Amino acid sequence: MSGVRVLVGTRKGAFILASDGKREKWDVSGPHFAGWEMYHLKGSPADPNRIYASQTSGWFGQIIQRSDDGGKTWHQPGTPAGEPAAPGPPKSASNKFAYDASANPLTTHQWYDGTQHPWEFKRVWHLEPSLTDPDTVYAGVEDAALFRSTDGGESWKELPGLRGHGTGPKWQPGAGGMCLHTIILDPSDPNRIFIAISAAGAFRTDDAGKTWKPINRGLYSPYIPDPRAEVGHCVHHVAMNPSRPKVLFMQKHWDVMRSDDAGDNWKEISGNLPTDFGFVIDVHAHEPETIYVVPIKSDSEHFVPDGKLRVFRSRTGGNEWEPLSRGLPQKDCYVNVLRDAMAVDSLDKCGVYFGTSGGQVYASSDAGDSWAPIVRDLPAVLSVEVQTLA
Amino acid sequence: MIRVILPHHLRTLAQVGGEIELEIEGPITQRSVLDALEARYPMLRGTIRDQVTLLRRPFLRFFACEEDLSHEPPDTPLPDAVASGKEPLIIIGAIAGG
Repeated sequence: MSGVRVLVGTRKGAFILASDGKREKWDVSGPHFAGWEMYHLKGSPADPNRIYASQTSGWFGQIIQRSDDGGKTWHQPGTPAGEPAAPGPPKSASNKFAYDASANPLTTHQWYDGTQHPWEFKRVWHLEPSLTDPDTVYAGVEDAALFRSTDGGESWKELPGLRGHGTGPKWQPGAGGMCLHTIILDPSDPNRIFIAISAAGAFRTDDAGKTWKPINRGLYSPYIPDPRAEVGHCVHHVAMNPSRPKVLFMQKHWDVMRSDDAGDNWKEISGNLPTDFGFVIDVHAHEPETIYVVPIKSDSEHFVPDGKLRVFRSRTGGNEWEPLSRGLPQKDCYVNVLRDAMAVDSLDKCGVYFGTSGGQVYASSDAGDSWAPIVRDLPAVLSVEVQTLA
Repeated sequence: MIRVILPHHLRTLAQVGGEIELEIEGPITQRSVLDALEARYPMLRGTIRDQVTLLRRPFLRFFACEEDLSHEPPDTPLPDAVASGKEPLIIIGAIAGG
């Protein structure tokens, strides 16, 4: 029987929410890694029992966790728990993210005050497992760079062509840090990867990560010196429906955008949204012109407008949006929904899930028409991913 | 025998209960204790000192015998009471954020 597994990262641990295909009754497990910031968890499309997790702490740094049994047990790749010390090369490089010094000619990026600042690793924001190989996984990190592991997370190497693009000195941190937060693998072309950085913009490689090009034409950001600059835009998230890999949807700092040519050109599709500031954006699993956003009041007030939690859905690929509020709080609600905190399953009807800064995780099993909380008192939610299980 | 006390989250990560006891040959220094600690508990690599620079992480401090040893050079011998096992080396996470 089909089912779903919702992977939730929070400020104080990870939670796994599981249900059958009806998505009415849920089993909640967790907290896993209690007390740690869990920035992101994601399962391998090639092996649903393989899940990667980013565990971080301002005190203790970065940890990578891996499960090979669907989240029941976890270990740091290369370091089985309790294993005695053994001779040989050092183990536990699974949290060693060393920037590639050959990332010519780049050594600095722009700091908040406009001066140049060296790259410093802080944490992994996003883990993107390969579509075909459970042992290959990409990591988007802060300060912004892309790493790849081909040994199940035991070791990591930077893809230095991204930072070596030459525009790095114009990249700058957003309020959350200078993070590479979005990684999209093109299912139709294994050499094509899209990534997005806050605040640099979106980039694409067509040669498996050796070289990259900025894909920000059409973005307009009046808060940077050149509003139409090649890089410097604060892209919050990008989403794709796998059946149409050249069509991308973007939630920018302000503005919801669309590209029909793999990011070469963008046009605004904010239309009748009450505000086009926000973080999340996602696409219906079966209807590639149906997209979801959660408008947030402003960049100064990171909560939903009018005290009402509403998902907005467009069934026309943008511009025409309808509020979805059935089952969601419509008064005195002032939560935020962060950029990696929405996901869709591939059941019929499509399930949509999102988590809030107030610790609620809401699910819709009817493509957004109605919503119900799975849990409502977790720590602040950082990320939500879903696995559709056969 | 050297005694080490870890902060809560690192005890959880290493799956240890109370104090850790380490046998170390040669000089007893911050570096030799951390080397031995990480060899026995490799899951702690990168959590006390940076994986790349090997510098102490900024929000962690080293205390022993009621002294703050955080800013001592890593190869400075630790107090005799630590080397003899009478007192533990305490690794503490800074209290930050109220």
